[in-house]
Amino acid sequence: MVVTLQHYLAVAAILFTIGVFGIFVNRKNVIIILMSIELILLSVNINFVAFSAYLNDVSGQVMAMFVLTVAAAEAAVGLAILVTFFRNRGDIAVDHASVMKG
Amino acid sequence: MLQGIAFYVLAAVTVIGGLLVVTARNPVHSVLWLILTFFSAAGLFVLLGAEFLAMLLVVVYVGAVAVLFLFVVMMLDVDFVRLREGFAKYLPLAVIVAGVLLAEMVMISLVVAQGGAAAASTGPATPNPDATNVEALGRVLYTDYVYIFQAAGIVLLIAMIGAIVLTLRHKPNVKRQDVGRQVGRDRNKAMEIKSVPTGTGVKPEDLV
Repeated sequence: MVVTLQHYLAVAAILFTIGVFGIFVNRKNVIIILMSIELILLSVNINFVAFSAYLNDVSGQVMAMFVLTVAAAEAAVGLAILVTFFRNRGDIAVDHASVMKG
Repeated sequence: MLQGIAFYVLAAVTVIGGLLVVTARNPVHSVLWLILTFFSAAGLFVLLGAEFLAMLLVVVYVGAVAVLFLFVVMMLDVDFVRLREGFAKYLPLAVIVAGVLLAEMVMISLVVAQGGAAAASTGPATPNPDATNVEALGRVLYTDYVYIFQAAGIVLLIAMIGAIVLTLRHKPNVKRQDVGRQVGRDRNKAMEIKSVPTGTGVKPEDLV
C-alpha cells in the first residue's frame, strides 16, 4: 500500500465537494454554511501540504499557513456578523438576510 | 504498509466527519464532527511530514475556531428545526452538482499527479536531519515571505477590530467614567457664586 500524491488529492477533492454540498443543502443555516467554508479551506490546505511534500518545497506549507490565518479571521468576523444579525432579528435564517442591505 | 493503513484510516475519518458536519441535525454535533475532521486532517499533515502545520491546525482550529463556533451555537437561541427546511428540496440538485464537481476534480488530480510537476516525485520528501520542519518553515517564512507574513498580521488585526466593532454595544443607562470630562472640568464650570440678600434666605427653587 504505497500512498501516492493522487490519494491525498482525492481526499482533498472529496472534502471540497462535501463543503460545496453542505452549502447547497443547508441554505438557511448560516452556522453550517460557515463550517462548510472551513471544510473547503481545509481541503485547499491538504492540497497545498501534499504538493509541498511531494515536490520537496516548503513554500506550500507557508501558503497553507496563510490560508489558515485568513480562515481564522474569516470565521471570527463571520460569527461576529452572525451575532449582530441575531441581535437585530432574533433569528439567523439567511433568506431574510437581504434586510441588511442599505 | 503501516503508513498506508494510517493514511486510509485518517482519510476515512476525515471524509466521514466532513459528511456528518453538513448532515447532522444538531449544530452542536456539527461542531463536534468538525473538530474530529480537523483532528484527523492534522494526522494526515503529520503523515506528509508537516508537523508544524499539524500542530497549528490543532491549536488554531480545534482550540480557537471550533470553540468559537461552539460558543456561538450555544449562545444563540435559535430554532434549528425550522432552519433545516429545504434540506430534502435541495438534496437532488446538491448531489448532482457535488457528483459532477467530484468527478472533475478527481480527474484533474489524476492528470496532474501523473503528468504535472510532481509526476517524477517518488514519495513524500524524507525528513532532513539537519533542519526540522519548523526550522525549514521559519527560514522561508522570515525571508522570502516576510511581507506576506506582515500582511497576515494586519489581516488578523483588522479581523479582531472588526469583530469587536461589530459586537460592541453601548447600553444607554450605564454611567461610565469619562476621564476627558473629569480632567476638563475647571472652577468656572463646576461652581457658581450667587449673592444672597441679607435676611431673605435661599428658597429651593433658586438653587439650580
